[in-house]
Amino acid sequence: MPLKIKQDHSRFREIIRGRIKNNLRKYIQKGEMIGKKGKDLITIPVPSIDIPHFRYGHKDQGGVGQGDGEPGTVLAPGAVEGDGHGKAGQGEGQHALEVDLSLDELAEILGEELALPRIQNKGKKNLVTPKVKYSGVHTTGPESLRHFKRTYKQALKRSIASGTYNPALPIIVPTREDKRYRSWRVQEMPQSNAVVIYMMDVSGSMGDEQKEIVRIESFWIDTWLRANYKGLETRYIIHDAVAREVDRETFFHTRESGGTMISSAYKLCKEMMDADYDTGSWNIYPFHFSDGDNWSADDTRTCVNLLKSEILTKVNQFAYGQVESPYGSGQFIKDLREAFDSVENVALSEISNKDAIYNSIKEFLGKGS
Amino acid sequence: MNENRDTQIPPRLSDIKKEIEGYARGFGLDFYETIFEVLGYDEINMVAAYGGFPNRYPHWRFGMEYEQLSKGYEYGLSKIYEMVINNNPSYAYLLESNMDVDQKLVMAHVFGHVDFFKNNFSFRHTNRKMMDEMANHATRVRRIIDKVGLEPVETFVDRSLSLENLIDQHSQHFQRRAKDKDEEDKPIEVRGFKADREYMQGFINPREFLDEQRKKLEDERAAKKKFPERPQRDVLQFLLEHAPLERWEGEILSLMREEAYYFAPQGQTKICNEGWASFWHSKIMTEKALKDSEIVDYADHHSGTMGTRPGAINPYKLGIELWRHIEDRWNRGRFGKEYDDCDDLRARRAWDKKLGLGRQKIFEVRKHYNDVTFIDEFLTADFAAEQKLFVYGFNEKGNRWEILDREFQKVKRKLLQQLTNFGQPIIEVVDGNFENRGELLLAHRHDGVDLRVDYAKDTLANLQAMWRRPVAIVTRVDGKGVLMRFDGRDHADRKVDY
Repeated sequence: MPLKIKQDHSRFREIIRGRIKNNLRKYIQKGEMIGKKGKDLITIPVPSIDIPHFRYGHKDQGGVGQGDGEPGTVLAPGAVEGDGHGKAGQGEGQHALEVDLSLDELAEILGEELALPRIQNKGKKNLVTPKVKYSGVHTTGPESLRHFKRTYKQALKRSIASGTYNPALPIIVPTREDKRYRSWRVQEMPQSNAVVIYMMDVSGSMGDEQKEIVRIESFWIDTWLRANYKGLETRYIIHDAVAREVDRETFFHTRESGGTMISSAYKLCKEMMDADYDTGSWNIYPFHFSDGDNWSADDTRTCVNLLKSEILTKVNQFAYGQVESPYGSGQFIKDLREAFDSVENVALSEISNKDAIYNSIKEFLGKGS
Repeated sequence: MNENRDTQIPPRLSDIKKEIEGYARGFGLDFYETIFEVLGYDEINMVAAYGGFPNRYPHWRFGMEYEQLSKGYEYGLSKIYEMVINNNPSYAYLLESNMDVDQKLVMAHVFGHVDFFKNNFSFRHTNRKMMDEMANHATRVRRIIDKVGLEPVETFVDRSLSLENLIDQHSQHFQRRAKDKDEEDKPIEVRGFKADREYMQGFINPREFLDEQRKKLEDERAAKKKFPERPQRDVLQFLLEHAPLERWEGEILSLMREEAYYFAPQGQTKICNEGWASFWHSKIMTEKALKDSEIVDYADHHSGTMGTRPGAINPYKLGIELWRHIEDRWNRGRFGKEYDDCDDLRARRAWDKKLGLGRQKIFEVRKHYNDVTFIDEFLTADFAAEQKLFVYGFNEKGNRWEILDREFQKVKRKLLQQLTNFGQPIIEVVDGNFENRGELLLAHRHDGVDLRVDYAKDTLANLQAMWRRPVAIVTRVDGKGVLMRFDGRDHADRKVDY
């Protein structure tokens, strides 16, 4: 029997998709659920609609917490509850479980949330290779895959139940039946490689906030592409009036003060592609981020020509993300839009703030090319 | 819960229920008959999204809750352990796939809640047949939808939800509105003090004094002409009585108001209620119900429930610790003047009068306290230090949250502030005929924290849609009095003294 609530649910989905009730659109919020990847907390985009009330501005309010730390200790992002008021009392007990998510799982969740299409492979089309994915726990398996925590818990349970547990000398010896092993599943993966070439404007007008946005975007882009390709390489180019290749660390932490010539980056990108990535076997994804300022209309024309004649023919998709900054004119995206209005493999996105990140990822990756 | 499916609990669980119920009664818990139903995770998510009820009127927000719960479950991020509704008989739900030890824990926890629902004063006026009432509300709203269509009803419900917190959290316990008295427009008669002798009159009741008295009486009479006579906290009630609502709109607003009042006490007793239920599940499980083979799983799940993170209070944890603290204090006689006055640290630490009054005390407390009074009376400096409580705040410069202080008085004040009026700003209707133009004026009783301005404006717009005439609210922003007004088209701010 279908659940009654499905009706309410599909109504909610339609609001989120913007089909109905546009007046509620501005209350849509993202990033409600929190998972963990290694040490970092990662918010998973789960949309919700926050109906306005008379209520306190949360940041003015602060609150009471519990735990270690001296005054001045910083609370980890995600540790503070999103809003100041609890849900109108419901007699339910819901508990957040701390789970470690693998990159695969993250990509899967992302793909599902944003309804991203699987990528159509461009390189060698029909070759696939098996890929091993750990997905469960079994009672048999090789010792190298023993699940330590589960085995220990099992042994602890048995020794308490059988009365051999001695609190003074809490030694637990697992027997054969206690042991638990990771088990795997084999998935077919396209045997092809992809390279992402990140380019970013580091002239003075790109501030820390803008770079933080680019950093988060690139994390999700990497995650998604990695789940779609067997191997993923990333290269980084920064530019002001001239461009150079740098490592990841430098990419996110350089700040120059010169002018901006975007064509310099596109030239270097082209050279890089020619030198290292044969289009027959590589899927190529250039991503360029800037605040939309360019030195001159001439240079912009050069960029457009470079893209048209050299880059677009060789890449799966070229993406340009324009990060809003107080100093940028935001002209560049308009020029690109004009030039590539109906071109399949060009994705353009304007990112006004952190909340817009998921939308722009969808714009970048939603074409499935 | 639904007609097509047998949700009767299987014999194995019914045996467990009998066992746990016996322990609970043995400890002196006093609860309504409690009916357990076993549901799959999809169904339990649905019921939870409906606020514990199997049947609610159609609205997208239930779908939103459902999506969040199901995703949390599917991605392995969260899971509903226990759900119970305040009703007679009480209904509680068990997740089908749980292990027996989990079901035991949930049952023990649920009996704690039902005991609290039945005995705590905050719930005295709640409808114990809410299960039926909610189903009636659902039917009534569906009938209205059939008549006027989904869109207008949904829009009206959205608006009502926006105003839903504007109720008088405590009004169920007493009558706030004065009875209307018919006072005729008699001329004001000023009576001074009694003067036995005529010639004394000018000395006992000088002219200035009589004038003053006359003015006072006139003011009083003017106040009575005000509408409402005194500021009214129950804004929803005021709208129901005085806003030009369509019949069906009034019907919906009134049933939503009723539901808001039904849920309100659960919000006012989150810490003591969850704490009480946890206290009893812990007691019942560890002293009676657990088998040796179940201890590890129990410990795992119990500690999962009690987990804390730095930026939030876990009501389960704070509650259970506070109940234990109270029981221990009354067992050892750590209360009263003698103990309070003792400033010898060693004597205090060893203090034990072996009174054994703990159990009796906590049962008494669970009758007469809500979160605010519970924290106010029983959160001691020792306890705050033991539990490592602190105040945190937002550092604008560093754009991050920081620990501000561990000083006991500050922690307690902040905690109480968070809990007062259920963490909601106090807002009341002060004038239903503002500036003699039929406009509605609300006032925010500012207690040091500003309202969120963009939300306040949008809420005003929702209020205006019901009142039809312009609406306004006075509050303070950045230390200055502001009157925000919305006339149906434009927002305007004006500086005022407030």
